[in-house]
Amino acid sequence: MDWLQSLGRTGLILFERLGRGHLFLLRVFGGMSDTVLRPSLLIAQMYSIGVLSFTIIAISGLNVGMVLGLQMYNTLVDFGAEDSLGQVVALSLVRELGPVVAALLFAGRAGSALTAEIGLMKATEQLSGMEMMAVDPIKRVVAPRFLAGMLSMPLLAAIFSAVGILGGFFVGVGLLGVDSGAFWSQMQANVDLREDIVNGVIKSFVFGFVATWIAVYEGYDTVPTTEGVSRSTTRTVVHSAFAILALDFVLTALMFGGI
Amino acid sequence: MINRRSIEVAVGLFIAAGLAALFMLAMKVSNISAFTEGNGYQLSARFENIGGLKVRSPVTMGGVRIGRVAAIEFDQNAYQAVVTLKISPQYDRIPKDSSASIYTSGLLGEQYVGLEPGADDAYMRDQDSISLTQSALVMERLISKFLFNQTVKENGGS
Repeated sequence: MDWLQSLGRTGLILFERLGRGHLFLLRVFGGMSDTVLRPSLLIAQMYSIGVLSFTIIAISGLNVGMVLGLQMYNTLVDFGAEDSLGQVVALSLVRELGPVVAALLFAGRAGSALTAEIGLMKATEQLSGMEMMAVDPIKRVVAPRFLAGMLSMPLLAAIFSAVGILGGFFVGVGLLGVDSGAFWSQMQANVDLREDIVNGVIKSFVFGFVATWIAVYEGYDTVPTTEGVSRSTTRTVVHSAFAILALDFVLTALMFGGI
Repeated sequence: MINRRSIEVAVGLFIAAGLAALFMLAMKVSNISAFTEGNGYQLSARFENIGGLKVRSPVTMGGVRIGRVAAIEFDQNAYQAVVTLKISPQYDRIPKDSSASIYTSGLLGEQYVGLEPGADDAYMRDQDSISLTQSALVMERLISKFLFNQTVKENGGS
């Protein structure tokens, strides 16, 4: 009986958190108008979320692209199909690795910082202070961060893919001697603007939305103690990773079919 | 504390880099050129078997891509595949008696329509059809033909 009760309790807590998360999302959307009217708030957040994530995204993208080029070359060369290297690298980056890896890095780099920042604001009672001054913390603190995260993520994913393709080009054409013309022409012949690139952008937008939502919600909903903030930060990264990977499967099944 | 101006410049650079990346993906990586060649004229060709030909497969002449496959339909009356080819407008001097064949680029590559020029003085116009066609090579048929010949040879020899 005890385990049944604890199962029920866990379930109720889970659904309660989920419900509060959605209500919170509605409030954030309600407070979005002020952010649009005051773009300076948005720009400051774009800086800390987008610009400061740029380096890790660009370097990771370059390395992922280079490794992909090297690995795929070694497999493709057995079939004499190393001319398809560009196609393989571009498709895997644009469809999957770009949005997913960039989103995971984004959750680790920007999401955790968002949670810790908002959580500490709550723990040090800055959020209550704002409410005392009749400033809505959702409008002033949460909405700009949410919008900035949502807008930054597709840009970061695009940078990741583009830099990755250049990395694959560098390894494939520069070091391994794949023909440069074949590399680009095979890529262009097989990567579709609507099917592949637009779908990749949609994916990264959804991941950005979910990762930022989880991050700001965890921060806003944190237990206002040192331990609570640290737990919320951990939860942000773990839950974001789960959400991104699970959504990736769903989106891939919907977009590229098969199921 | 970094001042406001440099933050704004950094954000501007970031957005510009993101958009440039998207632009590069669209222009350099994908087949956007296929969207820009909206105009052009259409030819149709009938094949017994199109193998793995797909819509948007290239149409080439002398190895140079001059268009794409716009549509593939099946004609129930003639039991033939009707392939509509969209040719770029600058290639407007394809002789009337040109022939179309379906080839495969490389052993495992994609299939494409190759046009062989004829000798006619009249040129193809919009909505014309190519009468001389050669179907795709289907690997199973080749192999079965080969095996059949082998068996016949063995039987005839003994």
